[in-house]
Amino acid sequence: MYPQELLYTKEHEWIRVDESIGTIGITDHAQKELGDIVFVELPKAGDHVAANESFGTVESVKAVSEIYSPVTGEVTAINAKVQSSPEILNTDPHGDAWLIRVRLTDRREIESLMTADDYEAYIQEKKSE
Amino acid sequence: MENRIRNARPHVTRNEDLIFERTSPGKSGVELPPLDVPAVSAEESLGREFFRADVDGFPEVSELDVIRHFTRLSTWNYGVDTGLYPLGSCTMKYNPRVNEVVARLEGLATDHPYTPESLAQGCLRILHETARCLAEITGMDAVSLQPAAGAQGELTGILIIRACLAERGNPRKYILIPDSAHGTNPASATISGYEVKNIKSNAQGCVDLAELDRALTDEVAGLMLTNPNTLGVFETQIREIADLVHARGGLVYMDGANMNALVGITRPADFGVDVMHLNLHKTFTTPHGGGGPGSGPVAVRKFLEPYLPTPTVENAADGGYRLNFDRPKTIGRVRSFYGNFGMAVRALAYILANGFDGLKQTTEDAVLNANYVRKRLEDVFELPYNAPSMHECVFSDKRQAARGVRTMDIAKRLIDYGFHPYTTAFPLIVSGALMIEPTESASKTELDEFVEALRSVAQEIEEDPQFVLKAPYTTRITRLDEATAARKPILRWKP
Amino acid sequence: MRYLPNSPADRAAMLEATGHRSMDELFEQIPDELKLKSPMNLPGPLSEPEILDFFRQASKQSSREYVSMLGAGAYAHYRPVSIDALLSRGEFFTAYTPYQAEIAQGTLQAMFEFQTLMTQLTGMEVANASLYDGSTAATEAVLMALRIARRDRVVVARTVHPEYRQVLDTYVRHQGVEVVEVGYSPSGQLDIAQLEVALKQETAAVVVQSPNFFGSLEPISEIAAMAHQNNSLLVVAIVEPLSLGIVQPPSDADIVCGEAQSFGVPVAFGGPYVGFLASREKFVRQMPGRLIGQAQDTEGRRGFVLTLATREQHIRREKATSNICTNQSLCALAATIYLCLLGKRGLKALAAQNLAKAHYAAQLLRAVPGTATPFAAPHFNEFVVKTPGDAEGLLAALREEKIIGGFNLGKFYPELANHLLVCVTETVGKEAIDRMVEVYRQFGRLTNSSGSTAELHSASVGRER
Repeated sequence: MYPQELLYTKEHEWIRVDESIGTIGITDHAQKELGDIVFVELPKAGDHVAANESFGTVESVKAVSEIYSPVTGEVTAINAKVQSSPEILNTDPHGDAWLIRVRLTDRREIESLMTADDYEAYIQEKKSE
Repeated sequence: MENRIRNARPHVTRNEDLIFERTSPGKSGVELPPLDVPAVSAEESLGREFFRADVDGFPEVSELDVIRHFTRLSTWNYGVDTGLYPLGSCTMKYNPRVNEVVARLEGLATDHPYTPESLAQGCLRILHETARCLAEITGMDAVSLQPAAGAQGELTGILIIRACLAERGNPRKYILIPDSAHGTNPASATISGYEVKNIKSNAQGCVDLAELDRALTDEVAGLMLTNPNTLGVFETQIREIADLVHARGGLVYMDGANMNALVGITRPADFGVDVMHLNLHKTFTTPHGGGGPGSGPVAVRKFLEPYLPTPTVENAADGGYRLNFDRPKTIGRVRSFYGNFGMAVRALAYILANGFDGLKQTTEDAVLNANYVRKRLEDVFELPYNAPSMHECVFSDKRQAARGVRTMDIAKRLIDYGFHPYTTAFPLIVSGALMIEPTESASKTELDEFVEALRSVAQEIEEDPQFVLKAPYTTRITRLDEATAARKPILRWKP
Repeated sequence: MRYLPNSPADRAAMLEATGHRSMDELFEQIPDELKLKSPMNLPGPLSEPEILDFFRQASKQSSREYVSMLGAGAYAHYRPVSIDALLSRGEFFTAYTPYQAEIAQGTLQAMFEFQTLMTQLTGMEVANASLYDGSTAATEAVLMALRIARRDRVVVARTVHPEYRQVLDTYVRHQGVEVVEVGYSPSGQLDIAQLEVALKQETAAVVVQSPNFFGSLEPISEIAAMAHQNNSLLVVAIVEPLSLGIVQPPSDADIVCGEAQSFGVPVAFGGPYVGFLASREKFVRQMPGRLIGQAQDTEGRRGFVLTLATREQHIRREKATSNICTNQSLCALAATIYLCLLGKRGLKALAAQNLAKAHYAAQLLRAVPGTATPFAAPHFNEFVVKTPGDAEGLLAALREEKIIGGFNLGKFYPELANHLLVCVTETVGKEAIDRMVEVYRQFGRLTNSSGSTAELHSASVGRER
């Protein structure tokens, strides 16, 4: 259900790591919780993000959610498409609707993230709480 | 012929144009008396740089067009005058007509705020007397009518706390707020320069004393509390709560939004509150007006009086009233002039109409009405907290959610039965909340109708949830696409 | 009690249903020692005629028999009777905030029209559905500019309404914001040279008012150019927006805010009033207050709805753009109705009348020996007069003629003792103006020299904190 090649966070972000670049987005679970997404606030290329700190927000009609970075590094790219058409977060959260790309400063940070199976189990656990 | 009849719709359902779309050049709705002094060339007197020829796009309609347009618009609203308006925490009670008449009296509606005091004694008297009555009702020692709304009252109150603690040597860093609080609470605290720490409620939905104890460090300036809380439940441990906060050198702020449950029964000063605000547009019948104006007076204990916004209205030596601007410890101004004077007039008229007995009876009816509704619905909707309700009761949509129907959907279907919905999705500590505050302005007959309507909706959810999900069916428009409205906002008319 | 719809029988029936034996039992959970043991000391209960009488008595002790030349942030304009006729419809004034859009289209559409009218008047792209008043609107505009610019310093003209500056100070005092004031030049406008010196890299915004507190129009283009060159925003507060019927809007500004009380809202001893805030579309997500947007329902019909709510307190809570909750909906509705009644031609004609009345008065006063109008800048319906002698004495003499002559600027500007701020709107007749001028003339003759400041009256009331 959740793409195997991605890693996941407790705050419902995902990251795909290619060499030293990480592509970050929010998960299908997150977009479902938020509802119809209307706006995304992202940093600029060149900005710095830090692991476990907020780098932006995702807004639906009735809710706002902070987005937390799984890693530390410099923002190399932001997804212009998701900025102009935030609704793609509802339809393709793991692919087309990626949010930012980051050059990792410390690859070891991804070791504490969850695999797709761990993440699925984590969501199930939260549901039954 | 049949086609034409099918196309016709009565005005209440027809799309009403925007006033700009009904414009026709050359029309005007007002005629001015002739100018009795020489006209002046605006271009010459202001200079070309400043002169404006016209306001593009401004409407041009007749007086009749304006009357019809806004009359038709009004028919698409539901007001307290229309029927039961059970919005929890808003206190949608009757707005007495005499209030509107006295507020419009010449002299009261027309005095300029900078009128010399000797000529403004009537207005000053009203401000003074209203403040005195509110002090009496809350048990506090001084009241400022300057804050324009509840949220401003909160800001004022927190700034007062800050000023007091700063004078004692340390304004401190945190304000504690229960997770059940209204959104304005944390927002107001932040503007005052404090950091907010949320406290979890206990199983009864009330402040958890142990949690409070843990959270109360000597960097906590105070606790912001609503009593009864946003579940409509009285904080029975309020004395212990207040004592605990005071023992650690903090102050207790009370959000007075729910005073409709307390007036004439108990007084916040008696249970340890140091500073609080009132909502005149809730408890004191000033009209909601479609979203304002309101008024959020602040009431304080004697030791906090010096910090009130400036000026204060006081007795003058000659028996009249005066404005006192000599307030060295004031937190400053939160609004121009003296606050929403027109709202004070209305609130005072309400207090005068009732007297103590009337106010007490009002509170009793409000609490009785809420308890009656609760009793008659508790077999149909889930009651997340068992504690006794005061002026409002809160259900959750848990049972109905199992059929895929949430509180907002139930609310929309309730509209078809001729009622304004209750408050949906607040407080946040209840999942899928239905917050119902009938107020005293509901007869048993209306309450019965309301209860029957909700019971019927619950039945519909059992039988055909899809039907309920597409409600309302009987309104001028159906559900609006809020997502698109937020993605691509259109916030003004353009030609 | 006549407002309560339940009869004793109703109450008894309901108590039986809930299982309480008496009304008192409904309050059992309140500890006994907290309950009131004796009645509160409150007036009433009064019948309706008695209530009317109480307030009529109060209204007699007012200035209703006087002609007023007071402006200074609250303006007396004629209110067409249609406004109250429409406002009194219960569906308008007893409705709540339009959260349930399907049964609030009346309020929502009217507020959408208000937003539109404000953008048309101010030359901006988007306006909100009103704020509490001009002073808080100006404050909110500054907070908004601080957020946008991400700097923490603001330059404010001393010619901005003193009470507005006080409110700003109260709000920003604990937010690490530096507020620097810039004085005025002999023309009665912001001192451009001083502004140049005051502008620094950390300046988020320049704040001016036009017409300013002295009634003078500020050189907006010049100020805007200077601010923008420094990458600072320009906030313009408009406290007498009727001027916009005849004065160019500040289109070079980034945020235009102010007070719309002039538009059909009673002067009412200071409130309720209605603030407005307008800006550019690119800044809309930083805007405080309620916003109404156009939307479509499931059948494709046009409707209106509260939108961009995620800026607001009920969702963002401590991270909200502001703590503001209510707007001033009914007052904004009054303004909307007023502006629709006036329309394009009426607004222009009314503004022209105000201009003419004020100029007539200024011209005559100028000609009185010992009296001067010291500020040369163009003005709308307000201007400053240097009095022929002690201002308080002159005001007392005017009161004998049943005229409230204006606002004593010495209360806020010590260097302007014996200067009055005089406002002449369309409500002041030529006869009253002529009478006022005559009092000046006589007072000037009685007082010896124009420099005399003999205090004929005890210390005046009302000064800055």
